[in-house]
Amino acid sequence: MTAIRLRINGAAIADDVPPRLSLADFLRERRNLTGTHLGCEHGVCGACTVLVDDEPARSCLMLAVACDDREVETIEGFAGDSVIAALRRSFHQHHALQCGFCTPAMLITARDLILRDRARSEREIRDGLAGNICRCTGYTNIVTAIAEAAKQIGQEAPNGQ
Amino acid sequence: MKAPAVDYVRPRSLAEAVELLAKAKGEARVIAGGQSLVAMMNLRLASPGLLVDIARLPELAAVRDDSDSVTLGACVTHAAIEDGRVADPSRGLMPRVAATLGYRAIRTRGTIGGSLALSDPAAEWPAVLAALEAEVTLCSPTAQRSLKCTEFTTGIFETKLAAGEIIEGVRIPKLSADARWGYLKLCRKSGEFASALAVVIADRRRSHWRVVLGAANGAPLVLDDTSRLVSAGGGGEMGSAIAADLDRASDRHFDEFQRDLHSVVALRAVQQVLA
Repeated sequence: MTAIRLRINGAAIADDVPPRLSLADFLRERRNLTGTHLGCEHGVCGACTVLVDDEPARSCLMLAVACDDREVETIEGFAGDSVIAALRRSFHQHHALQCGFCTPAMLITARDLILRDRARSEREIRDGLAGNICRCTGYTNIVTAIAEAAKQIGQEAPNGQ
Repeated sequence: MKAPAVDYVRPRSLAEAVELLAKAKGEARVIAGGQSLVAMMNLRLASPGLLVDIARLPELAAVRDDSDSVTLGACVTHAAIEDGRVADPSRGLMPRVAATLGYRAIRTRGTIGGSLALSDPAAEWPAVLAALEAEVTLCSPTAQRSLKCTEFTTGIFETKLAAGEIIEGVRIPKLSADARWGYLKLCRKSGEFASALAVVIADRRRSHWRVVLGAANGAPLVLDDTSRLVSAGGGGEMGSAIAADLDRASDRHFDEFQRDLHSVVALRAVQQVLA
């Protein structure tokens, strides 16, 4: 067991974890944050994507011990985040989810694309989503929803921020 | 699946890290971004006794921008290179390559040193750094040594990294202002490992011309005839030069389909330079 301290969705957390425990399992099993989903557990499906120190990361490929002293944001967080709010509205409006398994990570990935100004065209959005697999929608509505949210955010703040 | 049980330690300095590695006598693996290692552990393809986490060592995050080269610390991430947050010796080649490497959520954690240490035959950096004449610096408790990247990777997941050694950084010579490069990666989906990959450097001022194939069933494959023809400014025989180079690489055992992919990718990357 190794002692770790980190912030999850803004709250300071301290725990003892076995080094082999992934960040994903730590979030789901120890913190009950089950919005982070596990599909493939080897970095391909993207369903477990969270933010670590403000950057998207695969929580199945990060050990919880390696997150000592770091900040983690999961889909349960993002309170007051205007980009996630716009994406949620847009996903709802454009029917961009069916079973919902990939949705939390789709939102987190899309937020990162918008903030890095990498959602300027359909091609760019599809490229940016290559690491997030959806088995229901065929992606069309997800891409439309992200393009629409990016447009709204761009109108609110012309610098993409 | 879940990773097997393992011990974990996060040293505070490079010196402490190499000492821990030496003490573990081959039972330890170095972990930086972990984007391949943790996947391999989850699939039970790797089960080290001890993980030595070097991801946050300040020595390995350092970047030195000299007059003729840039030295990137081993733990510089692909995302930092993609975003231009570190000095670029390659006039845009390395940021372009980084943007095609895996997915953003992989690039934010994966490191250039980790990519070299694993030397996946389909990985980008071993081929690109070989084309750029880069040198890798290795550190052990007793010594430091440098190796050319063309010599460092010796085969499929095989390198000259000795037990107890850690990659400290990569020194990459700067391309001249009028140098040209070509890069083409063939994969079915953005971000996947390459099925074929070619890098071309044409730097007349430094008399450096090199065409390198990645995903070549082994270490990055330098195409000598093709490189010579590029140095001569090209010509109608490019296809034959590539064919001759691929004939000579019979130890790679390319099947007909792979051979076609490599030929086409090499030719198109060369055309980017000669255009």
